[in-house]
This record gives sequence, C-alpha cells and structure tokens, in this order.
Amino acid sequence: MADELPKSEKLIDVDYSPPSRGWMDTPVKIRKGMYCYAGNPKSLELLGAPNPRQWNPLDEDWKLPDNWKEIVFEGLRERIDKFRSFKVFMDICVRCGACSDKCHFFIGSGDPKNMPVLRAELIRSVYRNDFTKAGKILGRLAGARPMTLDVLKEWWYYLFQCSECRRCSLYCPYGIDTAEITIIGREILNLLGLNIDWIATPVANCYRTGNHLGIQPHAFKDMMEFFVDDIEEITGVRVEPSFNRKGAEILFITPSGDVFADPGTYTAMGYLMLFHYLKDLGLDITWSTYGSEGGNFGFFTSHETMKRLNAKMYYEAKRLGVKWILGGECGHMWRVIHQYMDTMNGPADFLEEPVNPITGTRFTNAKSTKMVHIAEFTADLIYHNKLNLDPSRNDNLRVTFHDSCNPSRGMGLLDEPRYVIQNVCKNFYEMPANTIREQTFCCGSGSGLNAGENMELRMMGGMPRANAVKFVKEKYDVNMLACVCAIDRAALPALMDYYHPEVDVTGLHEMVANALILPGEKKRTTNLRGEPLLGMEDEDAE
Amino acid sequence: MNANYMYSLIAVIILLLLAYVGVAGMHLEVLFGVIIPYAAIAIFIGGFIYKVVDWAKSPVPFPITTTAGQQASLPMVSPALIDNPKNKTGVVIRMLLDILLFRSLFRNTRFEVRDTNKFSYELEKWLWLFALIFHYAFLTVVVRHLRFFTEPVLLPVQLLEKLDSFFQVGLPVLYLSGVALLAASIYLFLRRVFIPQMRYISLPADYFPLFLIMGIAGSGLLMRYFAKVDIVSAKELTMGLVTLRPTIPEGIGAIFYVHLFLVCVLLAYFPFSKLMHLGGIFFSPTRNMPGNNREVRHVNPWNYPVKIHTYEDYEDEFREKMIEAGLPVEKMPEPKENLEEGKKE
Repeated sequence: MADELPKSEKLIDVDYSPPSRGWMDTPVKIRKGMYCYAGNPKSLELLGAPNPRQWNPLDEDWKLPDNWKEIVFEGLRERIDKFRSFKVFMDICVRCGACSDKCHFFIGSGDPKNMPVLRAELIRSVYRNDFTKAGKILGRLAGARPMTLDVLKEWWYYLFQCSECRRCSLYCPYGIDTAEITIIGREILNLLGLNIDWIATPVANCYRTGNHLGIQPHAFKDMMEFFVDDIEEITGVRVEPSFNRKGAEILFITPSGDVFADPGTYTAMGYLMLFHYLKDLGLDITWSTYGSEGGNFGFFTSHETMKRLNAKMYYEAKRLGVKWILGGECGHMWRVIHQYMDTMNGPADFLEEPVNPITGTRFTNAKSTKMVHIAEFTADLIYHNKLNLDPSRNDNLRVTFHDSCNPSRGMGLLDEPRYVIQNVCKNFYEMPANTIREQTFCCGSGSGLNAGENMELRMMGGMPRANAVKFVKEKYDVNMLACVCAIDRAALPALMDYYHPEVDVTGLHEMVANALILPGEKKRTTNLRGEPLLGMEDEDAE
Repeated sequence: MNANYMYSLIAVIILLLLAYVGVAGMHLEVLFGVIIPYAAIAIFIGGFIYKVVDWAKSPVPFPITTTAGQQASLPMVSPALIDNPKNKTGVVIRMLLDILLFRSLFRNTRFEVRDTNKFSYELEKWLWLFALIFHYAFLTVVVRHLRFFTEPVLLPVQLLEKLDSFFQVGLPVLYLSGVALLAASIYLFLRRVFIPQMRYISLPADYFPLFLIMGIAGSGLLMRYFAKVDIVSAKELTMGLVTLRPTIPEGIGAIFYVHLFLVCVLLAYFPFSKLMHLGGIFFSPTRNMPGNNREVRHVNPWNYPVKIHTYEDYEDEFREKMIEAGLPVEKMPEPKENLEEGKKE
C-alpha cells in the first residue's frame, strides 16, 4: 500500500533484461502492490455471477469449482466460435516484437510478461495446446502448453495488469488488439469467479443504484445541490438542474466519479454551469438518477455484463421520452458507446438524430447511436460563437492535454477537446508527439485497475505518461494536465503527486466553466476550486 | 546456446539431408519430384482454404476498429480519412497501405531510457525496412519462378526478371531478389537472437520458417550460380507437374530436389503456422472495419437479451427516498391507511 510504495526515483530505475529461464518455465509470483483484491462474493451474488466466495489471490487454494479446466476449455471454445477477432488473433501473431515496448506496463515494470505479445501468448499457448493440430502434435515446439493452476494464476495476474488501452494494436502489422484478448480472457476468468473487487463491486453498485459508487437517488441529488451552492457562491448565479424529468429534449449521462471526488467534481460543476448558460438559448436537458453512470465497469467483466449495464442508457432515454443523449467526459464509457452500445442495445429508433438545439448542427456522425460527446457539443457551440468566454480567467493555467486511450484509439476524439481548450485558455502545450493522440499513453489505472492496493502497479503503468508530463513541465512550465476521462481525473492526481506534485489535473469542462461568462454573474475572483484568479489575489482576501 | 533455434536448425538440416540422401543415395526422384510436390500443393491449398473458411465462420460481433486518427465529426476538425476511415473507400485504402506497405509497422518506435530517467520513443524503421525487403524479395522470387511453370514465359515475368537483374552482375546475371531474401531472413534471424526481448519471446515456430526460407534461398543461389543445375531438365520436370504429365528427366542433380523439397515443406507447413498471417490480415477487425460506428449500426448475429435492472425495479427499491428528495416517480405509493386496511382484511 501507499506506505510500502517505493520512492519514485527507485521505481523509475527499471531492469529490462529478461530472466535467463524461458517464460513457460518461470512460474507466476503474485506480488503485493501489483494486484487488486478479490471480488466480494456479495457483489458477485447480486449480479448472479459464477462462483461467489471469499478468496485471496495470495492463498494456494483459490476455491475453484472442481471442473474448472473444463469451464476454461468450454469458455475458450465458445469465444473462438463467437469472435472472429479472437480466433484470428490467436492464429496469426508472428512475434515480430513491434508491440513489445509499446505497453506502459512493460515500460514501467520491465516484466517481459507485460509485453503485449507475451501477455497474449499466455493464452495463445493454451489455445494451441487445446485447439490446433500443430500444438497437439508438437507441444512445446509449437509454443503449446497445457492448462494448469499455475497458468491460470498467471492469466489472472497479467490480465489484470493490462489496462485494455490498445496502444499495442496501433503498431501491430496485423492489428492484433491485446485489449480484445484481455477482454475475452477476463470474461473466461469471470466464469470461475476470478474477478477483482475494484471491478465487481462497482458493477454490482451500478446494476442496483444506477452508478458505480452506489449513490442512491436522493444522495445523488444532494450532491448536486452542493455543487449548486458552490456555484452560487463563486458566480452569484443559482443553476437549476433537473432530474428524471420526462419530456426533456436531451438526457445527460456522465460518470458518477465526477459527482463524487475532486477534481472531477469541478468538471461536474462545469456541466451544470454550461447547461444553465444554454437554458435561455433553448437547451432542455435532464439528468437521471437511474442512468447516473456513464462509465461501464461491466466492460471489464464480460460482454454480457457490459450490455446489462449499458442497457440503462437507452432504457432511461425511452422512459423519459427524450430525443437524444448527451454524454459527459469519460474514456471507456465512450469506447462502449462508440463501438458497442448501438450493436448491443440498439437500434435506438425511438430517438432522433441529434441536433444541437442552439446551433442547429446535425450530429450526423451520431445518426444511429444518437449519443453525442460533450466535447463535440461544446466545440460546436464555440464554433458557432454561442459561448461568451473569457479565457483570461484560465491565465494561471499552463495546460497540456492527456488523450485518454479509449476516445483516442476506440473513437478518434482528438481535436474536439483541443479546439475547446484553445478557446478557453491561452497557454496550451502539447506533450511529445509519440506520447499523445493515437499514440497516447495510458494513465496506468484504466480498465478497473484504479484501486489503492495496487498502487505500485499503477505508478509503474503511469510512468511513461508522467515522464511526458515532466518534459512539458520542464520545457514550458506546464502546471495543469487536462483530460476528458473520469478515471484519469481519479488516477492522474495520484500519479502526478507521486512524480511531479506541482502539476494538477483538470477536466475539460472545468476550464470551460471558468471561462464562461454567465449572464448576471457577479465579478468572479476565484475559479471553481476557490483559488484566486490571476490578479485577484487581494480581492480574494476580502 | 538457444534451444529454440537449435531445434529448428536441426529440423531444417534433417529435412535437407532427407532430400539429399533420398535422391542421391536412394534414387527416390519420383517421391521427391512428383508425389511430395503434389501432396504439398494439395495440403497448402486445402489447408489455406480450410483456415480462411474457418475464420470466416466466426462472426464479427462488434466493430472494434483501432482508430488511428481524428474522427469525422464537425467542420472545425479535419478527419483522418485513412487512419480512421468513415467509409469503405477509406477502409480499402487503409488495408492496402497495411498489406502492401506495412503502414502500421512503419509507425514503429523504439523505447529507450536516456540519462537515467529521460524516456525517448524514436522512430525505428529497420524492422519495417527489412520486413518489406523480405516480403517483396519473396514475392519477386515466386513470380520469377513462374518461368518454370509457363511456356512461353509470360511477358510480365520476363520484365520482372529484367528488373531483378538490373545491375547485370555476374554470369548468370545476379538476381537481386534472391540475395535480398537471404539477407533479410538473416537479419530477421539475428534480431531474434541478439535483442534480449526478441530472444525471450521467440519460439521454435519462429525460427523454423526462417531457416527453411534461408535453406530455400541458399539452395536456389547455389544451384544457379555455383552448382549450375541443368535448367532445361528442371523446367521439363516442373512443366510436367503443371500439365499433370509428370516426368523425371535425367541428371538434374540432387541439389534441385533439396530445393524443391524445402519448398514443399514450406507449402505444407504454411496453413498450420503463423505464416497464415498472409490470409489473416484480411480478417483483422481492427483494420478492416470503418470507424463510423455511431453513424451506421453494426449488427451482431448472436446478440441475445440479457437480464437488466429496470427503472421499475429501481424505483420500487428507492421510491420513498425519491419522493422525499422531490424526485419524480412513476408510481405514487398507496396512502398508508389503505395499506393498513389491506392488512386488516
């Protein structure tokens, strides 16, 4: 845990030389600080997930069902038949090694089993043994090995050291996506009840209360009321969000993390202020307490669980009778919306093609799914000059932008947030080219790995990102790391704190709201964090 | 000493000796010149088709394009029409660039740590370059060999030969492709041996085809430039195979059969190995699908209904609290008296 975490100077001194023994002969050693606690049986029970029980990854006995090998075999077989991606990715890797040094977990840990190619080989070796002729006849010569308890533990350990960021898939000459292999591997592990609690419990919460944090409807509203009060204090304007309101034109869904913890809360306040500003211009929007989660930790469990959680978005949109859905800043939420939602839970023929009520822009790129990213929405507003902005209120910030993995490589949302940033603040600096946009590095805590007990792993995984931030911090004096992801907002502060405490983390719409001039507002002396604006230090003291 | 490549090296040497002894010592020309080639071709074609059909049988449930550039959304952004294709044209161009020019590999960077904690990710083109040389040299060699299977020799084949012998070195003139193929396969081998991470991930199945191809290229060069195999007889044999009237001409020399046998092994091995990346790349969903997933709905053939926690379930659990907080509800609870009366009855 935190007090056992090595110093950053020590952690950064990574040994990249592989062990002398081959990887098949190097058994897994589950080390503290590198893994997350096992899933709580109550959470598994609530979901009807297999094999709920108390178990500890450090124990010899993982309390598996007697026929666990059969379950794994059948699980593999079923998924080979259902996913062409999985089948092809199992067959065609040539181990060229292009992916090997692309993984942030490998860069941060030096552990060869964190090279994407080897992470995939952990599963591929069993696939060859059970499903290919070459593997059956030639065995180890063909890279095959039988499933054993050690192999299973190795799967669990390393599949929860992959954040499904897809950086490796970008460089693979065949487009092999380790995220896809991890997703399916985790799905198979879940058949045996091998989940981590940081995923299982948010999933159970989300299923029951509508959000990962388990915030009940009245509490959700209470928390929003706090924001309303804070906003009034800072701006003198009282915003009036509505909840579960039938007949609204647009439903707004964002990750619940932003309602719960700093600095995401400032982004949530940003949304409230933006919506209030637009109200007079014709925005008719509602929040939902039932659909109060944009994120989807089901995605880190199984395709079915992802679908069960995601279904709420359309379900709630239909119940409220809205025309389309606006989605807040989040990473994996947007991969789910962009690449899975319509297929899983669509067609959303009860909704309409999204039209920005203020600018009249038709979001034709969201014609079928009917869900628009708020960065697209805000960029469109700025483009049509609908926002009254004072970027100088962000003059104390020297900003760089962290592209989140999923919107980058599972969607392509790269320039919309940059367009918004450059319109709401004056000092913007890019990190080195090979660490941003489609080549962006993960925060190190994605795919449900942002727990506390695996802090060492997280700091290893975030090392490349932190190193790129260091570069712009030293070169341009950058003091703010902006992002469009709630997991980033939860994970990056810890990362910055560990490597460069001078750099803070913000969401896009926090900066928008700081720059946004609300009609009837009082003279603002502080930003949303209550920090004095540049040149207003004295007035703040009043 | 690395066991993984020793196994493969030994396997290739055994194969080589097998053919040499089989022909030079045991005069099994018919086996090595007719039966095995036909069998190898049959296994290659049958196996390739089987594999491709097998892949095609598994559906593509979700559009999982790896987007490598800006999406097409709004006028203030310029979309990456190839790296994040929004339609079929973009996908086709993206696929062609990946298949013909190895565009994804061209992005390759090498991670290095400088001065203890300065990370660098410099472009690393050697793998891309040698992979490209390797594959194009291979292709050229294969096309050039059509000379042995066509009569008269096709014009494009003749032109390619001209191009391939551009430098007019030696007699018979040196074909660049043969040398390039051997050189590139040696490079690909050496990087597996000398880069620690590569050595760690390499399997016997990675070395075997490399040694096999080195053996093929080496025996080919040997035949053409040193052993000077009787080309007319060789063509007589190959034409016999193509026209389904197999003959075994006299005096071709054992080295030809070694060459032919290694090619046959490669063909027969192909469909069951990683060499199937040739077919697989066409089936890779991260590359062969457009990124327009919110615009056009993708259908999953096995999509099935799941159990969800409905709004009604949710309201039933939290109704009281919702009403207290002033949140709208679908169903107002029955007044308390009614409930109590209900109990009495």
